[in-house]
Amino acid sequence: MADTWTDAHGHEHPKHELSHYAKRIYAIRALLIEKGVLTDKDIQCQIDYQEARSPANGAKLVARAWTDPAFKERFISDPKAACAEMGIDATAINEFVVLENTEKVRHMVVCTLCSCYPRPILGRPPDWYKSFNYRQRAVADPRGVMREFGLELPDDVEVRVHDSTADIRYIVLPLRPGGTESWSADELEKLVNRDSMIGVMDALSAIPA
Amino acid sequence: MNSATSRFNAGDRVRVKFEDRPGHIRTPWYIRGKTGWIEKAYGDFLNPESLAYGRDGLPKKTLYLVAFNQRDIFSEAEGSQDKVLVDIYDHWLEPVA
Repeated sequence: MADTWTDAHGHEHPKHELSHYAKRIYAIRALLIEKGVLTDKDIQCQIDYQEARSPANGAKLVARAWTDPAFKERFISDPKAACAEMGIDATAINEFVVLENTEKVRHMVVCTLCSCYPRPILGRPPDWYKSFNYRQRAVADPRGVMREFGLELPDDVEVRVHDSTADIRYIVLPLRPGGTESWSADELEKLVNRDSMIGVMDALSAIPA
Repeated sequence: MNSATSRFNAGDRVRVKFEDRPGHIRTPWYIRGKTGWIEKAYGDFLNPESLAYGRDGLPKKTLYLVAFNQRDIFSEAEGSQDKVLVDIYDHWLEPVA
């Protein structure tokens, strides 16, 4: 059992050395609370809000687009309205663009400058998305990155890497996996993983149960 | 969301200015000085180079989706048809004859 210490609010913490940035964040948080700018409850609400957003939102949108052609059209022409229709709050995004994959075109999204990501739809980006390695290789060697995610593309497929450097947030609409013609949207959602909406791989294949 | 007043149209060839100056610049290094073409105009947006310093971001700048052949930027690129597409504000672009 690790040693613990108890802070001024009576919370127990493991006893280990915090990093410089962690100490700085705790100090800023304590000051904001002490000065009455924020309350503990505000911070907890914001954490809950951030955690509630997850790739499940994106999977719902994609599965519906696969099964409902009229919805797919609306999702591509006005993604924010399509989100609202599905009860997903995308209002925090300035402009939202859907990139539709086809047999001959695959899209992949990166932000080489920082970590721009459609958070209301996909939640927090994975750590690798923010790494220098991905940010450099996504534009220089996208096929190499895809290969590491298990996707090998022939040369006659065009790869389009979107560097989201500004106000636009991108999500990839992956191809519907073969053999799922009879699947419902609920079943299809399980095949739509986060990485297929970033575009580094296709949606999962339909493996018979 | 297309801007009626945008300087470039889809298909126009453009070069990204090769400039180096301090500030909150949203034009990545690897495309500075490179030539590509306009895919579309996204409309006018507040200028992040001003917003980042607590200013009003005005005047707005037209934001373009600019496409580059991946091999024009990274000569070792594998895919012969692959593209890199970057969102670039108007004041970073110059026309190519």
